Amino acid sequence: MSAFSVTEPSARSKGIAAVLVFLYAFITLLPLLWIISTGFKTGPDSISYPPKVIFTPSIEGYVNLFTSRTRINEEDRATLSPPANFAEAIVRERDMVITGPSRFGERFLNSVIIGFGSTFLSIFLGTLAAYAFSRFRVPLKDDLMFFILSTRMMPPIAVAIPIFLMFRSLGLSDTHLGMILLYTGVNISLAVWLLKGFIDEIPREYEEAALIDGYTRFQAFRKVVLPQAATGIASTAIFCLIFAWNEYAFAVLLTSGTAQTAPPFIPTIIGVGGQDWPAVAAGATIFLLPVMIFTILLRKHLLRGITFGAVRK
Amino acid sequence: MAEIVIKGLRKEFGSFTAVQSSTFTVKDGEFFMLLGPSGCGKTTTLRMIAGLELPTSGEIWIDGEEVAQKPASQRDIAFVFQMFALYPHLNVRRNISYPLVSQGMPKALVKEKVAEVAKILGIEGILDRPVGGLSGGDRQRVALGRAIVRRPKAFMMDEPLGALDAEFREHMAEELRALHDRMRATTVYVTHDQLEAMQMGDKIVVMNHGVVEQFGTPQQVYDHPATMFVANFIGSPAMNFLPFQGHMARGASEVTLGDTRIETPQLQETAPGPDLVLGVRPEHVWLDDASTYRGRILATEYLGTSQIVTLSAPNGQIKARIPSARNVRTGDTIGLTFTASTLALFDKASGRALRTSVNAEVHNG
Repeated sequence: MSAFSVTEPSARSKGIAAVLVFLYAFITLLPLLWIISTGFKTGPDSISYPPKVIFTPSIEGYVNLFTSRTRINEEDRATLSPPANFAEAIVRERDMVITGPSRFGERFLNSVIIGFGSTFLSIFLGTLAAYAFSRFRVPLKDDLMFFILSTRMMPPIAVAIPIFLMFRSLGLSDTHLGMILLYTGVNISLAVWLLKGFIDEIPREYEEAALIDGYTRFQAFRKVVLPQAATGIASTAIFCLIFAWNEYAFAVLLTSGTAQTAPPFIPTIIGVGGQDWPAVAAGATIFLLPVMIFTILLRKHLLRGITFGAVRK
Repeated sequence: MAEIVIKGLRKEFGSFTAVQSSTFTVKDGEFFMLLGPSGCGKTTTLRMIAGLELPTSGEIWIDGEEVAQKPASQRDIAFVFQMFALYPHLNVRRNISYPLVSQGMPKALVKEKVAEVAKILGIEGILDRPVGGLSGGDRQRVALGRAIVRRPKAFMMDEPLGALDAEFREHMAEELRALHDRMRATTVYVTHDQLEAMQMGDKIVVMNHGVVEQFGTPQQVYDHPATMFVANFIGSPAMNFLPFQGHMARGASEVTLGDTRIETPQLQETAPGPDLVLGVRPEHVWLDDASTYRGRILATEYLGTSQIVTLSAPNGQIKARIPSARNVRTGDTIGLTFTASTLALFDKASGRALRTSVNAEVHNG
């Protein structure tokens, strides 16, 4: 019999834990895996019953996602020159020709501009506000902090109609600026509160040392506080980006053309030329990537950030 | 190097007064201790001198210049923090060179100065290490390095040994004092440890509740405490207080405890009231069976060369420090005498020491 230890789990409980973790990860990741695999199926494969787990991969979904196509008849087909590229060839097999690029590219770019733009703005304003709240004697500090928090006390969509009217009269409807401001407004309370917690944890002595060493307050903030707050800033940025990136309701309501983001656009793909599930799945897969990459890049900070301040040192 | 003059310095935080009009002078090159229990305003005073807090009123003169309302960066002083406050994202070398970089000093010169300081402190070997993994002593040395590299007008130190192990503290205190003797830089040092203050300081200011209680050399403060607070705070065990009632006029040189007349230094003023306190340090209490002032032995503590004997006397408990060779038994009743020239007399109501022929030099805050 092995020795009993208080801190070291036994081999059996380790095994059970591993199975549970694996099972949980599998269940959570299953929809994701299904979407990614559907993106590489052909149309018939994607709706076959029973569902196909093993299939011949195809990039038809991705081609359909990025192109607009039109159906052609037998006679016209004979007059066409041979397909110029692989995309043309794939489309031709379905009796169609490419008529131009789809709008997915620009919608995706809109998502990038609005998502990262609002995240940057939230973090920029949030860090400055959090620093001021953390370090200075701000009059009515507690009331102001509560006021900032109170913007989170109802779902943002509850104010959809006033915002819709405001945007209309200010000319912000369907503009990048409008969406960036809106998402910043929603995220700023989260950013201020999270970042204030992080900055509170940074001992004042570091800044005071910098002040003594001949730096100005702003230099001390930039050179001493910011590097220390990097962890907090990174994890706050991830939360802000995830919200702005995934936001659907306001995007449907306030954008239609120039500033439409990817979430309201992806469902519209279904309507083009029948129910094109591979194209929808391809769109969803590409849409997932930026946040996934961003999170993976910052994951060390994120993990530290989530547990930061949980334990008094 | 500079002289620091503090005049009527006062700091209020809302309705709380942290420092009440302190006045003292730190002479050029002095190692100056601000001593007191926590919350007495010593750190606030230090931070005001450094420019990290702005005083409510009062003047701070550093090297002949009034700086009370100037930002810290313009005062040319260095600060060593209790928790060292080394920039955690920089390595040792960059920590030490940070104050020089802010002045826009050329890189080659910075390198030279850092090397010079590292040599003084014996930390050449760790210059390229991150500060995170350093031992307490090395962190302390790096913090000192960052302070001395700039050759500032004065050093402020806020309990710099407080974060070290007891064993290592002794060693670091010696190192610090040696460094000061070598650099002869005006240093203001905050501590709550009276032993540290006595051991290292040229001058001591004792503070309590934001008030300067006494200002003097370690010996003056120990031998002739200006107040009962100082007498109690400095020395271990503390000074014995024997309350008694009596009218003492100017020129009196004895008190009566019970039936025993005890000789004291000659009084230079008339005591304000009948409630008085006789103060006697434990090492000035002698066991002498001939004396009619008697006490019963309650306990003894063996300390190697000496022992502390706790006695119950008519005017309260008395602790005596006597050679450990003397054999005493708990429960015995024994006579006590005091060394006359070392006794102090206090007015009980105000806690102030009465002026006698021996404590005329004492500065009362």
